[in-house]
Amino acid sequence: MQRIYRGREGMISWALHRLTGLGVLLFLLIHIADIYVVAYGPEEFNSLLFIYHNIWFRLMEVLLVGALYYHAVNGVRIILIDFWDGAVLIQRKLWYGGIIIFFLTFIPTAILMLRPVL
Amino acid sequence: MLSRGGGRARPVEGNGFEVFSWYFFRVSGLLLIFFAILHVVIMHVVNTVDEIDYAFVADRWGSPFWKVYDFLLLTLALLHGVNGARVSIEDYVRSAGWRTLAMTTLWVTAFVFMVIGAMAIVSFDPAAFEAAHAGR
Repeated sequence: MQRIYRGREGMISWALHRLTGLGVLLFLLIHIADIYVVAYGPEEFNSLLFIYHNIWFRLMEVLLVGALYYHAVNGVRIILIDFWDGAVLIQRKLWYGGIIIFFLTFIPTAILMLRPVL
Repeated sequence: MLSRGGGRARPVEGNGFEVFSWYFFRVSGLLLIFFAILHVVIMHVVNTVDEIDYAFVADRWGSPFWKVYDFLLLTLALLHGVNGARVSIEDYVRSAGWRTLAMTTLWVTAFVFMVIGAMAIVSFDPAAFEAAHAGR
């Protein structure tokens, strides 16, 4: 049973869901800390923004948005399977459908996010 | 109850907190699809990080609508994320000592970030800041 399950769509989607979730949580904590600096006024806040304009940080942000989109699409798949019996029967189609939705939304978003540096 | 192959199995009835957590995960997740993705689209697709500075934030938080929006986003995202980290710790951190340390760190972090996040949004008042620093 375990040998058959290991590495299939269900396990990959589960692992990615946890990984993307924890990644987004980590960014959320950083983001709360940076927005807290807004209370110290314009000079202090604006002086931190070089971080967001750094090319590597921009690429990390694109990754973050990818993680968020994946987590959202896969979350809907999980909820469908939890509450709708029919979804259990088409769970693999739901997974591949989700992957397609992910790429259709993520690729245009990534291009638009990077447009100032492309 | 066995997992149906999606996410975690729904906890057995009678375990009040875990059942609540299971439903909260799904309800907050659905709400966050709207709140978090609209936030990302406004901040990174409609605008880009090049346009975002203090004036941008001050303009946005001048509106009670966006203050409420951001407060809901903060609360839902932090609770949803911390709940996910909690479940992951329970799954992967097996030794009692490390688990206590991880859980304590998690809840302290959650509390501190909830407080500073809420303070940042609720207390934001650019007019008061300018008045206090006028003539500096």
